Amino acid sequence: MSGEPLLEVTDLVKHFPVKSGVIVDRVVAHVKAVDGVSLTINEGETLGLVGESGCGKSTLSRTILQLTTPTSGSVRFLGEELVGRSRRSLRPIRRQMQMIFQDPYASLNPRKRVGQIIGEPMELHGLATGRDVDRRVHELLDRVGLSAEHASRYPHEFSGGQRQRIGIARALALEPKLIIADEPVSALDVSVQAQIVNLLKDLQSELGLSYLFVAHDLGVVRHVSDRVAVMYLGRIVESAPSAKLYDQPLHPYSTALLSAVPIPDPKLNVARERLVLEGDVPSPIDPPSGCHFHTRCPWATEVCTVDDPQLEELEVAHVAACHHPRNLVPQS
Amino acid sequence: MILSVRDLAVRFATDGGVVRAVDGVSFDLDEGEILAIVGESGSGKSVTAQTLLGLTRAPNATITGSVEFDGQDLIELDDERFREIRGKRIAMIFQDPMTSLNPVYRVGHQIVEMIRAHGKVSKKDAQDKAVELLRSVGIPNPERRVQDYPHEFSGGMRQRVMIAMALALDPDVLIADEPTTALDVTVQAQILRLLDQLNRERGLAVVLITHDLGVVAEIADRVAVMYAGQIVEDATLEDIFYDPQHPYTWGLLGSLPRLDQPRPARLAQIAGSPPSLLNPPAGCRFAARCPHEFDKCSQPPPLDGDRCWLDPADKRRLRDVDGHIGLRKDVAS
Repeated sequence: MSGEPLLEVTDLVKHFPVKSGVIVDRVVAHVKAVDGVSLTINEGETLGLVGESGCGKSTLSRTILQLTTPTSGSVRFLGEELVGRSRRSLRPIRRQMQMIFQDPYASLNPRKRVGQIIGEPMELHGLATGRDVDRRVHELLDRVGLSAEHASRYPHEFSGGQRQRIGIARALALEPKLIIADEPVSALDVSVQAQIVNLLKDLQSELGLSYLFVAHDLGVVRHVSDRVAVMYLGRIVESAPSAKLYDQPLHPYSTALLSAVPIPDPKLNVARERLVLEGDVPSPIDPPSGCHFHTRCPWATEVCTVDDPQLEELEVAHVAACHHPRNLVPQS
Repeated sequence: MILSVRDLAVRFATDGGVVRAVDGVSFDLDEGEILAIVGESGSGKSVTAQTLLGLTRAPNATITGSVEFDGQDLIELDDERFREIRGKRIAMIFQDPMTSLNPVYRVGHQIVEMIRAHGKVSKKDAQDKAVELLRSVGIPNPERRVQDYPHEFSGGMRQRVMIAMALALDPDVLIADEPTTALDVTVQAQILRLLDQLNRERGLAVVLITHDLGVVAEIADRVAVMYAGQIVEDATLEDIFYDPQHPYTWGLLGSLPRLDQPRPARLAQIAGSPPSLLNPPAGCRFAARCPHEFDKCSQPPPLDGDRCWLDPADKRRLRDVDGHIGLRKDVAS
């Protein structure tokens, strides 16, 4: 299986219809939440996915898991196509792709004990029965930094960080290969956030997990990711190994995002050059013509308003969709 | 000095017991100064801010200490007199601009109503003022936008509307409670720029409540770090970042995944979680999570720049070992 990516997403599209009408609903437009996204994740790798609210990053992760049916495109996991499968035939594959959610309060059933929350998926998938379930639950709780006695408690008895640990234990219960983490630390305080980020990294090196790490916090994404993809209005506009993307962003949007992040160093903040974008993200119902970013881009020219730039490999392993990329190292 | 807070304590009686949300907080705010109060959830920073405006007055709340503003103690003020101050002299903006605006009225109407509630102003003048205010906070086409409802604005624009409303009566102090937390980074940068500009041009003093040390570094002049209902360190912006004294401050700085430094193999993490405010520890409240706890920590340390018993020389040495400064050397890939 060497060389083959664990997850391969090609031209994935998810358009939501916008309906209007009093008696008969008519489709008047489409929200282009995900608009032709391709990405790959290799075994043991973390792909970070960043973007602002409404860029489609959460819809993309849900569409990859087939939690929403894609409009078109392909999702291959371990070489198998997921799009178009029945729920039943998806089940064994889903076991290997688990999700961790943003809100540790809303993603755990308040009526169930922690032991049930973690144990039930194992029973459903036939991974363990009877005593084995309890034993596994205790192991998992221990693994995520909680203790066995927590199994008999309810979610409301835990703090936000502890709940996120329970969510992680539940995801691990099915021995997945890929974990899609949608803003897993953004609801947490920084000191707790660091605990969870460290835990996720430890688990990865121990179990060989792959992550799709979706977040808006560029600092956290840089810390966990091997590669990073930047999304804007339903599309990936740039993707590169983490260090390259942060040191040498090619797309103006990536440059702007990075320069908007306040740095906890007052002198450096004053000293560095800032690119503050004007205006807001346009509506994904009717995205701008040509390059979606041209309405906010300080370097946009005529060509950007008509011609939609495609992702191109501008440097080794570094792709961007832009007519006027920044920071390119001149070829000698 | 425009605002002087002494020994402020706010307690709430609950079914589970008395929650000591704020427990002996003292600080001063100078004219034209931006003071950031930083802390994690439950540290009491928002309750402190709300108390400055009398918003925590409730049958189950006990508020002691003093908040001196313009020669009067706001804690003692009756509700009637407080209305003269709230909005007019001290204004506030909140994290979520959608819930702070009335969804069924046009934003222009809401600003006009606020102006006219506090003074004899004709409707026409108030409307002109509303347009002017929206313009001054950077809302394009203000003449047209006053006619819009809150839902027709984006998150960043709504926060600008809130700021315009807060400025309507030309207050001396603005209390901003997590004003950019709900916003995307590119929009956050715009709002911070606006706050900075208002501070410089109008000499507006700001109390900024935030959990984000990046935001603090961007615009604050002075920083108070809160933990478990108390201020544990109060220092200038530069000292907080370049010479932090309290182990909790070191922990906060160390646990940030930063863009300006090489990526560490692991983030420094603060073990455990904050104590319950129902029954906070008698000594240093951070002791249970502090890697440098020693016997003296069972006594409550006084706030003298910072609230820690360690010897200054020891602090410097220990900070270099486990603080963010030490982590800089621990670089991966």
